[in-house]
Amino acid sequence: MASAVETAVKDSHVEKKKKPSARYWQDSKEKGKTENKSQNEAENGNKRKANKRKLKGDQRGGKMVLSGKSDPFPGPAPLPEERLQKFKRREKSKLPNRKRRKLRDVVARSEVVSEMAQKRAAQFDLLLPEEAGFLEGDEDEDTCMISQEDIAEAVDITSGAKYFNLNLSQFGPYRLDYSRTGRHLLLGGRRGHVACLDWQSKQLMCEMNVMESVNDVKWLHSESMYAVAQKKWLYIYDSKGIELHCIRKFNDVLCMQFLPYHFLLATASATGFLQYLDVSVGKEIAAICTKAGRLDVMCQNPHNAIIHLGHSNGTVTLWSPNQKEALVKMLCHQGGVRSVAVDKTGTYMVTSGMDKKLKVYDIRAFKPLQSYFLPAGASCLSLSHKGLLSAATGDIVQVYKDVWSTAVTKPYMAHRVRGTVWGLHFCPFEDVLGVGHGDGFTSMLVPGAGEPNFDGLDANPYRSSKQRQEWEVKALLEKIQPELISLDPDQLCHVDQASYEQKHKERVQALGFDPLAKEKFIPKLKKKGRSSSGNVERRKRQVAHEDQRDMIRTSVEDKMKIEKEIKKQERKKEALSGLRSALDRFKK
Amino acid sequence: MKVKVLSRNPDDYVRETKLDIQRVPRNYDPALHPFEVPREYTRALNATKLERVFAKPFLASLDGHRDGVNCMAKHTKSLSTLLSGSCDGEVKVWNLTKRECVRTLQAHEGFVRGMVVRFCGNSFFTVGDDKTIKQWKMEAPGYGEEEEPLNTILGKTVFTGLDHHQKEGVFATCGQQVDIWDEQRSSPIRSFTWGVDSFSSVRFNPVETELLASCASDRSIVLYDMRESTPLKKVIMNLRSNTICWNPMEAYYFTCSNEDYNLYTYDMRHLDRPVIVHMDHVSAVLDIDYSPTGKEFVSASFDKTIRIFPRDSGHSREVYHTKRMQHVICIKWSADNKYILSGSDEMNIRMWKANAAEKLGVLSPREREAVNYNQKLKEKFQHHPQIRRISRHRHLPKAIYSQAKELRVMKEARRRKEINVRKHSKPGTVPVVSEKEKHIVTVVK
Repeated sequence: MASAVETAVKDSHVEKKKKPSARYWQDSKEKGKTENKSQNEAENGNKRKANKRKLKGDQRGGKMVLSGKSDPFPGPAPLPEERLQKFKRREKSKLPNRKRRKLRDVVARSEVVSEMAQKRAAQFDLLLPEEAGFLEGDEDEDTCMISQEDIAEAVDITSGAKYFNLNLSQFGPYRLDYSRTGRHLLLGGRRGHVACLDWQSKQLMCEMNVMESVNDVKWLHSESMYAVAQKKWLYIYDSKGIELHCIRKFNDVLCMQFLPYHFLLATASATGFLQYLDVSVGKEIAAICTKAGRLDVMCQNPHNAIIHLGHSNGTVTLWSPNQKEALVKMLCHQGGVRSVAVDKTGTYMVTSGMDKKLKVYDIRAFKPLQSYFLPAGASCLSLSHKGLLSAATGDIVQVYKDVWSTAVTKPYMAHRVRGTVWGLHFCPFEDVLGVGHGDGFTSMLVPGAGEPNFDGLDANPYRSSKQRQEWEVKALLEKIQPELISLDPDQLCHVDQASYEQKHKERVQALGFDPLAKEKFIPKLKKKGRSSSGNVERRKRQVAHEDQRDMIRTSVEDKMKIEKEIKKQERKKEALSGLRSALDRFKK
Repeated sequence: MKVKVLSRNPDDYVRETKLDIQRVPRNYDPALHPFEVPREYTRALNATKLERVFAKPFLASLDGHRDGVNCMAKHTKSLSTLLSGSCDGEVKVWNLTKRECVRTLQAHEGFVRGMVVRFCGNSFFTVGDDKTIKQWKMEAPGYGEEEEPLNTILGKTVFTGLDHHQKEGVFATCGQQVDIWDEQRSSPIRSFTWGVDSFSSVRFNPVETELLASCASDRSIVLYDMRESTPLKKVIMNLRSNTICWNPMEAYYFTCSNEDYNLYTYDMRHLDRPVIVHMDHVSAVLDIDYSPTGKEFVSASFDKTIRIFPRDSGHSREVYHTKRMQHVICIKWSADNKYILSGSDEMNIRMWKANAAEKLGVLSPREREAVNYNQKLKEKFQHHPQIRRISRHRHLPKAIYSQAKELRVMKEARRRKEINVRKHSKPGTVPVVSEKEKHIVTVVK
């Protein structure tokens, strides 16, 4: 660290070169005389400036040390703009009119507070303990050529142990689901094998055969309960494998989605019904007949809890439990849709279809972004927290990076499993991709897939049972009502600006009459034959004529006013420009 | 090949021993917290519901008076002491923490009309129907001593109220005129009259300590400067004001409780128009007191309810009533901003919480945090219809409910009639008079 004196000298030295160049009004002789003097002055000034600058730095945050040294990094740490952007909730609101002083004050103050909150949150980002994983090949080495064994060998033992295979050839192919914290894995074999395990410690929690075909399995809000869609009904088991409920209202379910903040289990059935079950109270919230045949492609938008369904005619439909019709219908593919996935922020939707295409959509604007052609076509899709896309083509699992921003030509990773892939899921908060296939289950290492820093109050992989209980109570208290599901989840905090018509209608209702309506002219009844129909008609016409004249008069006046204004402005402009030619006097 | 895979050391995320508290790593990334607004809304809704569940404002009733409680005084130095005077001339000193009477004295014959504690807290003054002003020691007399006033002044007429200066040994009484007294003298050092026969209340300004305001029975509110010999100005209203109270923080505002069921907040500098008209009572308002923060005030009414108004709102945020409470005659807001004390006709003094749902006692930091957070959420979503409905809902006694409804109907009818009259008369002949201007007759300087 340089001492204060040094910096002052240095500054003055640098500044010497920057002495202002001579100006035309300065006398050259005088300049010659006073040159030294002015130079001295300039130097002094610079020193003063340097001192001042130093002082300012001290005031800003650096502590004044007795030895005269000052903090080399005064003030708060700089915040990169993009990190600030990450925590931005909304655009700055326009301050209301000055006349509405109170409201203006409130808005201004809240603006300051929210800005501070944003800054504080962004500063807190510095303290996050973990960093995301990555995989980089050497020169002319493709990352997709690196095998799982190599990665597992290269990383530490605990991480290496996360690559494993379960050989379950008897009851396959398998569907799977990870719990929200990413600690627990649920496997459902087509031929009735259901198992749940703590996959990191490889501890089996329960295993059973339901002696029926299993279509889908799903964890409910915590690892103590899961739902299994069996051949006929929907069943709910607890983590010891005890059957808690058999729900006969939900039949022929093919796939399920759990909305964790709403405690809703959405099911899609072979009969074309989309049903919502509130698992906190056990009530059916909505049953919607989609009229689109067998529903076997389904995913949820984690941003707004809208359910996306893929259909055999190539459309993807968006559903909420509050509406009997689809919110949106998108024609995405020629031929049927095979799989749909939506990313964590609810911005992008990735679909794959029978036409062997993989398409990326911006679902805020419903616009196609990218379209890829996969020779084998993707049967299953899954998106990770960090935006990696995994696609299963036959028995090969491919992982892609940045599918929406750039046109990708090569996969990021690829891995061949032993059977046809049936289920695909990224594990939350881990760099792991779970693959359920005909020959069991494979847990793959995908560096850079998982969110490195979890939030302990939301989904904590390391929570104790006590913490889980507490979380459960809190989560149930905060259960969002299904009525609040909409395309824009922030709609509640927007001002409902009633249109002019709406306001007018309300006013009319409150007043009981329309204050703006013009009264119809009813001619007075006159005696002595002066109310003959001809006379009445004449009076009516007279009034109408007057009205018309009034209208014309006002419109003409308005026009004149505008013209006058324009002329005035022109004259002003001319006066400002100050260029009057001799010919101007002929202008009109 | 360079590779890094997420691998967390569990030791960083779980507590070391059972005696530690659990580690909770946070990440405030909005992507990890979806449904921010609906969740906050749900929390706000829950908080609002819980607030109504926990709204139990009534704390205690202090009984012991043998006639209606006519006036009360807060101790200037001790939070736990309250003085009350009743209609039979008895004064009681209460210990609020123990909720018991610590001293009783027969101060006057007839009503105790007014009472005030001296700023030092060592003595207090009472005035009564027997035309006397008495000064009493705050300490109870020792064993065997008789209860004797320090000082007794015999006035010429009945006194109806008094107030003490904030810093000097000067006090003011009102009756047929407003008198300024020096504590050392037995005759007033100054008397103000302005053509009226009786005043009901007089109050010193807490900041500009030489200023006074009083309510007169000729429906006027008069402002005085103690240093001048004549009153400053007065405003005459449609109906009589009962009491007056200055805002302790913005002392240019004062609020008066009126016989026409409303309260009026005036700016001392512009008396021609009240700043706000506070409506909600369904009978004459008898007393008012500001909270020490100056943000709210409480009013007592003849309709047997107490209402709390925000300083800048036209309607009350809270109404307190019980089955047994009769006409509330006097009201005080405690100096720690937590309690409200009301004295009523049926000889009881009642203690209420100023915030009905507030938890009393020391709050742990986490509790405090949760309370603040919920408060903010309620504020944020206060305009949502469901939340507003719940937070505004109050049970009212049937009489008051129907009376309020009737008043509403009457008001609406009057408004409708005025509109009709305006519609059928020459434009400009029936001017629109705002609610604020309606109740004012004139301002005299």
